[in-house]
Amino acid sequence: MPQSMQPGDAKAAEIKAVSIGKTFGAFHALKNLSLDIGRGEFLTLLGPSGSGKTTFLMILAGFTAPTTGRLMMDGKDITDVPAEDRSYGMVFQGYALFPHLTVEQNIAFPLKVRGRSSADVKQKVGEMVARVGLVGHEKKLPAKLSGGQQQRVALARALVFEPSVLLLDEPFSALDKNLREMMQQEVKRLHQETGTTFVFVTHDQSEALALSSRVAIFNHGELLQVGKPQDVYERPSNRFVAEFLGEINLLPLDTVELNGETAAGKFEDRTIILNKSITLAGKKAVAAVRPEHMFISASPQTSDCNAITCRVEGATYFGASTKYHLRTRSGTSLAVSMPTASTSPIAPQSDVWVSWPVHQGFLLPDGG
Amino acid sequence: MIGKSVTSRKILLLAPLLLFLGLAYVVPFLGVVRWSFTMPEVGLGQYRALMTDPLVQSVFIRTLRICLIVTAAVLVTAYAIAYVWVRGSSVQRMLAEFCILVPFWISVLTRAFGWLAMLSNRGLINTWLQSAGIISEPLALARNELGVIIGMTHFLIPFAVFPIASAMRSIDERVLLAARGMGASRTRIFWTVFVPLTYGGLIGAALIVFVFALGFFVTPAILGGGRSVMVAELVYLRIFQSPDWGLGAAISVVLVVFIGILLALMRRFIKPAHMIG
Ligand SMILES: Nc1ncnc2c1ncn2[C@@H]1O[C@H](COP(=O)(O)OP(=O)(O)O)[C@@H](O)[C@H]1O
Ligand SMILES: [Mg+2]
Repeated sequence: MPQSMQPGDAKAAEIKAVSIGKTFGAFHALKNLSLDIGRGEFLTLLGPSGSGKTTFLMILAGFTAPTTGRLMMDGKDITDVPAEDRSYGMVFQGYALFPHLTVEQNIAFPLKVRGRSSADVKQKVGEMVARVGLVGHEKKLPAKLSGGQQQRVALARALVFEPSVLLLDEPFSALDKNLREMMQQEVKRLHQETGTTFVFVTHDQSEALALSSRVAIFNHGELLQVGKPQDVYERPSNRFVAEFLGEINLLPLDTVELNGETAAGKFEDRTIILNKSITLAGKKAVAAVRPEHMFISASPQTSDCNAITCRVEGATYFGASTKYHLRTRSGTSLAVSMPTASTSPIAPQSDVWVSWPVHQGFLLPDGG
Repeated sequence: MIGKSVTSRKILLLAPLLLFLGLAYVVPFLGVVRWSFTMPEVGLGQYRALMTDPLVQSVFIRTLRICLIVTAAVLVTAYAIAYVWVRGSSVQRMLAEFCILVPFWISVLTRAFGWLAMLSNRGLINTWLQSAGIISEPLALARNELGVIIGMTHFLIPFAVFPIASAMRSIDERVLLAARGMGASRTRIFWTVFVPLTYGGLIGAALIVFVFALGFFVTPAILGGGRSVMVAELVYLRIFQSPDWGLGAAISVVLVVFIGILLALMRRFIKPAHMIG
């Protein structure tokens, strides 16, 4: 990668969280959480509100001490190093800009703390202002800026001193959709340009999938799965992850047989072949398939596909895609999403076949 | 249209207060203004006397000096108390609250005499210092300007704590965390982030304390022992001890106009909400 030659990149840190636990009184906010954050990666912490993402980020930053566990950076134990000495860049929920300082002074703050010469400060601030597109706003106070502009100041302030890690806590949750997408691209670009390790918190699954090199999924203070966006989306290790990352069809299977890489189960007297990405403790299991991986046809597709019969109950038009609502003979409801352009309309109440390639479905424990 | 009717309804709600203020302050004050121009004879004579009388001038200068020193002393102390009250541990908070509220239950007169008992030549402090052999002659702590400053400062501290504490409470904790995360030391955060974010409260507190101090009467009369006369006491002396009502009235008018100008100036710089918090 060409970026690895840049000065910022050399500073990217590697972090190892080992069995981190955090309790508030009797409440367990984080439970025995271990996670390796790679040098220069873009890791997203994804989970519903209250799942412990901010708590974990605060522990990474050094603002909160973990109740149990250790934190390592580049092989050194930093559990007891205070925040001011870790000096990671941080973008807070709500930005936390200094309200009494101008844009320029906000961005200059971390440099002045480090005792940089005023010429150096001036040059670095100028560069950063240009990089985040705030030229012409240098002398304004934060209150005079729009939400997106405040966001840019927060990013500039967090990156100007070339920190080895940048932590971002739901930075875009207050922005509207268009601005949010623009800022996502900007953060992605800043990550590529700086090469710094980014740890990004969000509760928005599409944001997590779009930005990250890896996603860590949190629920109730537990880390459920870590992996590349494609892996967690297409091979979730449990039902919560599968359902949190997007809509999913679940078909209860009668008998399940494991044979090597695949599993075979019975659904309404048809045999269904699935990926075996998990080890099953009990015998009960469901087949999980994303709506966009299924398609509707008049006759069953046989080559490397599973197929079941369904009745069409309705359709919702989404522009680029159309979602069909179906029901199997035994009454399980299904959703199938197909590109609008490549399908001819399907009449409601008609009996159809729903098929999907065997490598797209996966096995999940029932109820887990 | 709607805005107008809401405004007029609000004024209606305020009417009893306005009526009370009018009857209790404005009307009597207009009487005082008239005295200042008519006693003992019609004209600007009293104001001319006021400008030239060295005694009156020295009292005005002393009043300003005491008020400035008291305001500075109050702000520093109140800032420390407010800081502990807002950011201290729960025990510290309770202690601070106690320090702020107890003075409200004790009258200004009692407190002035209390300080006299502490500071006078045969008061607690001097007796203790003498018996401990640290001093041979009593220190002049009361019946002078120092005594007045100590007594007034003590009385005025709670009034400054409230606007300052309210400014401190409205600081976003994350802003302070952000500064820490950028590597700033606690001292640096205090002086470059925390204190600037409380300027509104500080200015409000300074104004309240200064204006309040200008009109102080009981404390200087008791702790100054007649040797440190301030403007309010001078007015009293002119009206009740030498029947020089005209001069007393003129001094009052000057004081009120001065305070009015001060308030108007301050209003230009800060919103009233900031002062009360
Ligand atoms: N200082 C605290 N005291 C008590 N409970 C807390 C504290 N901070 C967080 N919690 C609790 O810990 C849980 C996780 O919070 P948080 O990490 O903020 O979640 P998230 O950022 O994922 O929304 C929540 O239930 C929250 O109420
Ligand atoms: Mg949070």
